This record gives sequence, structure tokens and C-alpha cells, in this order.
Amino acid sequence: MIKKFITGLLFLSFTSVAQAVLKIDITEGYEGALPIAIIPFQWNGSKKIEDADVSAIISSDLARSGKFSPVAEKDLIARPQTPSEVHFKTWRIAGMDHIVIGSVTLQADGKYQVQFRLIDILKAKQVLGYSFTATDKTLRDVAHQISDYIFTHITGLPGAFGTRIAYVTVQRDNKGGDKGSVSRLQVSDTDGYNPQTLLTSAQPIMSPAWSPDGSELAYVSFENGQAEIFTQNIRTGARQSRSRYKGLNGAPAWSPDGKKLAITLSKDGNPDIYILNLNDNSLQRVTNHWSIDTEAAWLPDGKSIVFTSSRSGKPQLYLQAVTGNARPERLTYEGGYNASASVSADGKYVAYVHGEGNIYRIAILDLETKSSRILTDGPLDESPEYAPNNSMILFASQDKGKAVLAAVSVDGRQKQRLSFTEGEVREPSWAAARY
Amino acid sequence: MKKLLLISVLALSVVACSQATKPDSEDIAGSIDMQEAGGATAGTIEGAEGAGGTELEGGKLVSYEENAINDPNNVLSQKVVYFAFDSNKVGDDYVELVKHHGRYLAFNANARVRLEGHADERGTREYNVALAEARARAVKQLMLYEGAGNDQIAVISYGEEKPVAFGHDEESMSLNRRVEIVYQ
Repeated sequence: MIKKFITGLLFLSFTSVAQAVLKIDITEGYEGALPIAIIPFQWNGSKKIEDADVSAIISSDLARSGKFSPVAEKDLIARPQTPSEVHFKTWRIAGMDHIVIGSVTLQADGKYQVQFRLIDILKAKQVLGYSFTATDKTLRDVAHQISDYIFTHITGLPGAFGTRIAYVTVQRDNKGGDKGSVSRLQVSDTDGYNPQTLLTSAQPIMSPAWSPDGSELAYVSFENGQAEIFTQNIRTGARQSRSRYKGLNGAPAWSPDGKKLAITLSKDGNPDIYILNLNDNSLQRVTNHWSIDTEAAWLPDGKSIVFTSSRSGKPQLYLQAVTGNARPERLTYEGGYNASASVSADGKYVAYVHGEGNIYRIAILDLETKSSRILTDGPLDESPEYAPNNSMILFASQDKGKAVLAAVSVDGRQKQRLSFTEGEVREPSWAAARY
Repeated sequence: MKKLLLISVLALSVVACSQATKPDSEDIAGSIDMQEAGGATAGTIEGAEGAGGTELEGGKLVSYEENAINDPNNVLSQKVVYFAFDSNKVGDDYVELVKHHGRYLAFNANARVRLEGHADERGTREYNVALAEARARAVKQLMLYEGAGNDQIAVISYGEEKPVAFGHDEESMSLNRRVEIVYQ
């Protein structure tokens, strides 16, 4: 399993000028998070690589999840390097549940051996420990994998730090007009590092969506003078036009088995949701209503979708089985604008855009109790995307008039801004697996 | 056909100030109510046939000659239709304008136009693409009623992806809720 991870640490074959790196600022903290001490890893045979500070990356990942509260480096009461140096009683008095120790060792072959150990203070023993081999280029990836191991071991939830995110950036010319604007489809690590460009276009790019195995992106591009849905392999760069019917071709969403795309087409008069079978390009119509039906999101069982419909006059969320001409069940009633659903990996919750007046915020709906709660402050929050670990939601927001990405923990208490130094960034999609 | 159309042009330009027509706001693809409001009745005008009819309207020429769309003094020089928030209804202020363009297409069978639908930044991107397409289709429908041919009019929706104003105030957003009439 570990080996597979290491060999799987590939680079996108698409060469590109590195865009400005995402910068993550924690804007609000969470008092109830689990205390953990990440001891700065010891570097042997090499100076610490500042851009690949493994223990700092782990600390940042765990903090971002909202479920952990890593001790600031300057507040560490001790810096053990081996299990035998850990003084359990001291850490217990300090109120620490877990500590992480580790090392990065430069080997004769020029590669790095990265070791980490997760130590449970109450149990007074090591509960997890692995060794990885990495190059200077894969050190950050290894750090994210370690974050996932720790996160999963303690919370029982799947990890999501070692995968990738995709998003769209737009740079406009100096005059701020649309002419001369450049749209890019970009892929980066989940903390915004290592951004790479998959597509550059003078026309809009929209709605990137990861295939379940993280190998392909579906998206909408207007490069050929109309909305057109493509899928593109991130490793080979090979891409296919999947849908270019007359009218809308939008909102692609991969079925959980990766064999189909739910898409929005208006070829039959007005926007409805169809399922495109990727093997034979056959289409199956799911909704048939004169209003706008769009933004399908699959439930994990692949049998139903949540979508946006204006059939009640204003956009609201509906749940409908994808087969058998099922009747849609209306899910949202509060407020005049509820749209753009993202279903959690466990199928229990739906994150969506909730608009009231001129304020658009991210909310979560509990599919069982049908109760909802608002997580963000707005005023122009959109494109919510559940992280595969179910603990955070990525979304697009405005900060001082600039389009940025932000993350919020599902309890709403941990908020972070991911900001580019230039340009607008929008429409985040978080891969469930790293290909 | 052409004669009939031009006659209605002139009649409508007379009543343009008094809420001439009212599109049905509920059904985007459905029928547009073509009854002239205010009891105005359309009369015939001698010698109005042909594409050369010229009438003044609000300081702008009304003419459907081939080059009329390039004449800054012609009513057809205005090529943007603005909309209310979350609405695809062609507002009363723009019905006449859209009809003029529809009649231009009817008179110039070789003319081709692309209707580009846009939305402001509020709400979700894919919903806005759908909304902006509905706006463009509403404009197209009005043009069809004026005699334009279905194959003369292409519709594309850009949603909120191509704003012309970049502020977050109502003034900027109102400029972005639009359909651009782009002759090819």
C-alpha cells in the first residue's frame, strides 16, 4: 500500500508556467479541536528544504481540517526525536492527546527516507509508524500522505490531503475588460502548491469535476464558440469532446462508478438533466420540465441525484431517482435561492448555495432530518465542494472584491482563505483519490 | 408578408410610448402576447411597402435597410437588452428594440445574428448559464414573432462568465444582466 502511494506520486505531464501559488490564511480558529503536537522533523544529511518542510505541512493540513489544533512550534514543551525520548507524563499534564515525531534522511542515492510515528499519550505507546522514500519533488506529497494517515487513524474518516484540487482562474487585462482575459483550468495539491495548467483559453472554462479515481477532469469549455463538455486525462493530457449539442452543455457530474456523466442540455428546448453514458455516448433523459433543471450531484449509491430546479418559480434543490421517471422530492424551502448541491461522501449531507436577499452563503442540509444550517457569511459565496473526508467544504468567495477560494469546516467554526496573489480563482473541485 | 410587417412597424412605433406590448413573463419559450395595449389600432400607410420605409423614433431612424445596423443614428444601433434580476422577461423598455431587430432580420433574409445571454454574478454559475440562455431565447422568440427566421438566429449563453462591468454594486450588476445582439 505504501509502495503504491510512492510510485503513484506522479507529475502532471502538462508543462506550464507556474501560476502564483495559493496562499492559505487561517481566518478563524476552532477551540474544540483535538490537541496534537507535531515535533519538527529532524533532517539528517541535508538541510531542511524550506519548500518541503514535512512536519510544517502536516501541521498545516491537520489545522485546516478543523478537527485538530496543532501546537505552535514556539509553544512546544519538548522536542523528542525518538520514542524513548517521549516523556508521557509531561505531555499528559500539558493536555496533549497525540504527538508526532519523525525524520527526513538524505540517502546515498539522493533520495529521502521519511519516517514518522504517531504516539498516543494516554495509551503511552506508538499507534502508527511508517517509512517512505521520496525525492525532493515528492516530499510534499509524502507529507500530505502522512497527514492522511494521522487524520484517518484518529478520526476514523478517510483522508483527503494527499489528493488534488482543480479550479478555474481568470486573469483580465489591465483595463479590467473581458477582451484579453485568459481562463485557465488548473490542478494543484490540496494546499494549493504545485499548480499546473491543464487548459488555457481566451473563452470561458467552467465547472471542473474530478472522476472518482482522480484520473480525469470533466469540464465545460467555450473554446469552439459554444458550450462544450470535455473530459481530459490529467496524466496524458488526452482529451475528448463529450457533448456539444445545440444550446447548453453544462454542469458535468461523474457517476460514482465513473462510467457516466450527469449533464445539463437544452437541446430539447430548455435546460434538463441527462445522463451521458461514456462508453457509447448514449443519452438518457432524467428530468423533463419547462423550467430550468441543472447542477446535478450524485448520491454515492449512484441511484439518485440532487439538482437545482426553478420549477417552483425560484431555484430550489430536488432529489430524484435517475431511472423510472421518478417524481422529484423538493428538499429546500427556506429562502428564495437554493442551488449548486455537493453531496458528502457518506451521502448524508448536501452542501449548497443559500441566497437570501442579496446575500449568498454556503449551507448544509441534513438529508435525513431535512434541517439545514448556514456555514459562511457571504455575501457572494458559491460553488461548494465537499472534501472527500467529509470534514470540510471548499467554496468560492469574494474577498475585498476579489474572487478567492475558501474552506470551511462542516461545523462552520474553522475558516480559511486560499488566495492567489493575482487573478480570480473559482469553482474548486476536490479529487477523492490521487491518480 | 413584408408589407404586413412594415405596416405593423409603423403602427407600433406610434404607440411605443404607451406600453405597446407585454411579453408573457411566465413562459419563456411560449407565446408572447402581441396585442397592442392602450387600444391602439394599426392602420395602413400608403407606399410603406419595401425595405426603404424610414421613420423617426425618439431621435433615431427606423429603417431596415441592409446597412441600418451600422448606422449610429438608427434605432438598430442599440444592440443590448437589459434584464431584471433572476428574470428572463424582456422588459417593456426593450420590447420595441427587440422587435426592430426582428423585423430587420425579416427584411434581410441573409442577415445572421447571435444572441449572447449574460447574467450578473449573483447566484450559481451553472444556473446563471441556464438563466442567461432563457434570456437569449426570450429575445429570439420576440424576433421570430416579427418574422425573423429560426435559422437566422443563434443563441449562446455565457452566464456570468463575461461581465462588462466589474463592480459588485447594483449598477454594475444591472449592466451585466443582458443579451447582446451580435450581427455576424
